[in-house]
Amino acid sequence: MVKKIDYNRRPMPKQEPFERIKNFDEVALGYTEQLAVEEASRCLGCKKPLCMDGCPVAIDIPGFVSAIVERDFAAGIRKIKATNALPAVCGRVCPQEEQCEKTCVLGKKGEPVAIGRLERFLADWEASSGTIERPDVAAPTGKKVAIVGSGPAGVTVANDLALLGHEITIFEALHDAGGVLTYGIPEFRLPKAIVRREVEYVKSLGVKLHLDHVVGKTKTIDKLMETFDAVFVAAGAGLPWFLEIPGENLNGVYSANEYLTRCNLMKGFRFPEYDTPIKRPSRVVVFGGGNVAMDSARTALRLGADEVHIVYRRSRQELPARLEEVENAEEEGVIFDFLTLPVQLIGNEHGWLTDLECLRMELGEPDDSGRRRPVPIKGSEFKMKADAAVCSIGNSPNPLIPMTTPGLEVGRKGNIVADEETGKTSREGVWAGGDVVTGAATVISAMGAGRKAAKSIHEYLVNQKT
Amino acid sequence: MYAVVERQMIVPNLHEFTVEAPEVAESVQAGNFVIVRPDEMGERMPLSVADWDPEAGTVTSIFMQVGGSTAKLARLKPGDTIPTYVGPLGKETKIENFGTVLCVGGCYGIGSLYPIARALKAAGNTVHTLLEARSSFLLYWQDRFEKVSDSVIELTRDGTAGYKGHISRLGEILTLEKIKPDLIIVNGCTFLMMKASKVTEPMAVKTIVNMNPIMIDGTGMCGVCRLTVDGNVKFACVDGPDFDGHEIDWEEFLKRRQTYNPEEVHPLRKSGCVSHF
Ligand SMILES: Cc1cc2nc3c(=O)[nH]c(=O)nc-3n(C[C@H](O)[C@H](O)[C@H](O)COP(=O)(O)OP(=O)(O)OC[C@H]3O[C@@H](n4cnc5c(N)ncnc54)[C@H](O)[C@@H]3O)c2cc1C
Ligand SMILES: Cc1cc2nc3c(=O)[nH]c(=O)nc-3n(C[C@H](O)[C@H](O)[C@H](O)COP(=O)(O)OP(=O)(O)OC[C@H]3O[C@@H](n4cnc5c(N)ncnc54)[C@H](O)[C@@H]3O)c2cc1C
Ligand code: FES
Repeated sequence: MVKKIDYNRRPMPKQEPFERIKNFDEVALGYTEQLAVEEASRCLGCKKPLCMDGCPVAIDIPGFVSAIVERDFAAGIRKIKATNALPAVCGRVCPQEEQCEKTCVLGKKGEPVAIGRLERFLADWEASSGTIERPDVAAPTGKKVAIVGSGPAGVTVANDLALLGHEITIFEALHDAGGVLTYGIPEFRLPKAIVRREVEYVKSLGVKLHLDHVVGKTKTIDKLMETFDAVFVAAGAGLPWFLEIPGENLNGVYSANEYLTRCNLMKGFRFPEYDTPIKRPSRVVVFGGGNVAMDSARTALRLGADEVHIVYRRSRQELPARLEEVENAEEEGVIFDFLTLPVQLIGNEHGWLTDLECLRMELGEPDDSGRRRPVPIKGSEFKMKADAAVCSIGNSPNPLIPMTTPGLEVGRKGNIVADEETGKTSREGVWAGGDVVTGAATVISAMGAGRKAAKSIHEYLVNQKT
Repeated sequence: MYAVVERQMIVPNLHEFTVEAPEVAESVQAGNFVIVRPDEMGERMPLSVADWDPEAGTVTSIFMQVGGSTAKLARLKPGDTIPTYVGPLGKETKIENFGTVLCVGGCYGIGSLYPIARALKAAGNTVHTLLEARSSFLLYWQDRFEKVSDSVIELTRDGTAGYKGHISRLGEILTLEKIKPDLIIVNGCTFLMMKASKVTEPMAVKTIVNMNPIMIDGTGMCGVCRLTVDGNVKFACVDGPDFDGHEIDWEEFLKRRQTYNPEEVHPLRKSGCVSHF
């Protein structure tokens, strides 16, 4: 059958910008059945599909897309879930334009199939159908595994190992599970009800969740090893970086982690109903260009700021954020100051931020990352007014666990050293994966690492002599 | 959920608060703190530990009712539960045989000082304790300190117990008591720690203070607790909370501590430590 090639993807229904900057509800509303089927029908059904190569967990993309065309949504979601335990999350937050959609053949002449949106459609369809399929859990093996951290890496390992019959306990430092999905990514991009649903699902497989437990403080890894046969460390990259420029301890200067945690985890946007306060300044400047910066800027808008700037030292092309979120931020009125570097924060006599001094940059030769290196233009200093500044320039792993675990090899940037294929660390019986190994990365790569580690842990456990 | 074992006002505005938290009780040490949330809408609030019982699995703090969250704690009764109780957090106070140590405590810091004095004594130090308050009726736990100190000195603003005045008299008191400390440890509200550090600086006696900035997670994730120590930025929750009082940028610290006063304090306007000085 020869079909007419449709180069245009179906647009995502969204809340209107003027509407959505006044609330914290989800921006993208999701495809309707009709839109999903139309979009899925654009797939050319390539003999050698390239999209799968772009997916870090190799989801059967052609399989689930054709299931949508046939309106067999149950079959579609089953195909996804065979390799991805968190489709509702990934459909919303994966950088698809860098992964599956990048290699889609349609993308050469037109727009690639909206694979992420279709993934989300199936996950939401399943949730609203009320019948979540649960695979059979293997007979108990009597082996116990401790998982440190309840982010995507930890949850993936818990899921995989629980299905294989091992007894799993997740230890989480905070009072709510989900890692960055809960404390970092805002409600308007990833509703917390979805994260909660995924966590509940894993608990329904028999996984125990132990909140308020800081491994390295409440109990060390060594202590856990006394009762558990294996430990998987998925503690993320939670240590915020600051620019290390003068004035960074002024009031009104936040790390993105603080800003987003106040808002998301502590529900500061509902102060005083919730007790944790968050400021509602009128001119907010965000430093950085990744997802974290977009989330911070868009949060500031929703908290009522009149003017929100993203100050980024490179140009639009180099923004590491998901394209969709950059577009959303632009639509919502976030002002981008590209090729700009903050050099000093200036405050008043009460210690509150009032201005920042910046330098203009130009792009020079490419650096190690292949991106053109920004270099300051001499004498280009200028001032900008701001009553709040949010540093979103990166995070590295928290040193708490390495500091309290003798013999655990750590890299130069504080990341735990683990084998890429198995997640094994330098300590027998201890695995690690996700941001704690790679530094701040993506949800899907954390899950991918979790999947590999789960396989390796399982092999270790079944071969272990008792 | 964590069960409240005891919550009792021991002197006006200061409450003894004991919670069942076996895992914390097992690993806690002097100088650590915990983070509690009084209810599901509550903020995460740090409290230093004042005592613990690993057998019973309980941990005790002394808290001062200053604002909304401590008011919620003050309404709890034995048998009630709270959703969050996590710890032990922060580095423990360094305990070794220093020789002669002067332990200074005020307000809730009298409580957190107690396990420090106890550990110092057990490590072979000569321990002198100085308890500071506005008036004699605000002093507590003297009997406990008697057991772990070589002397207990009182200092009250109104002179109703011990010396009259405040911590600025420290030098004079040390001379009168013939105490030559090798180390001074101060626990209490910010002003006590700051004033004490200012007084001990010219004496050139190392002074350790237990800092209490605004915190959220208490694990090094948010950075709100940062302060400048000897020109370097530190996170109090993981690098501290103990620091050398002579190295702290106190002015910056006080300003940062007041960040949420318009939201939290001005609506309440209660008597905080600030009003004592
Ligand atoms: C604001 C923001 C937006 C983002 N947006 C995107 C996006 O759009 N798309 C995308 O793909 N990625 C995004 N990311 C990155 C992505 O969220 C992370 O790469 C991913 O969550 C890493 O997963 P993880 O399981 O390794 O760690 P995390 O999600 O960081 O989870 C680690 C967990 O371990 C807990 N923990 C830490 N230390 C301890 C300890 N000692 N004891 C017990 N528990 C501990 C932490 O509290 C946390 O809950 C974003 C990140 C942020 C911060
Ligand atoms: C590591 C650490 C340990 C702590 N240990 C204890 C403890 O053992 N017992 C205890 O009562 N409190 C302790 N605190 C302080 C305690 O966390 C706060 O008092 C509490 O969060 C106040 O919450 P609130 O909502 O009741 O008051 P808020 O409304 O948040 O604050 C009321 C006002 O009181 C001021 N204030 C509160 N406490 C102090 C203080 N200690 N010094 C100076 N000003 C203060 C605040 O700056 C604010 O202006 C500790 C803080 C830290 C960081
Ligand atoms: S309280 Fe968040 S880093 Fe210290």
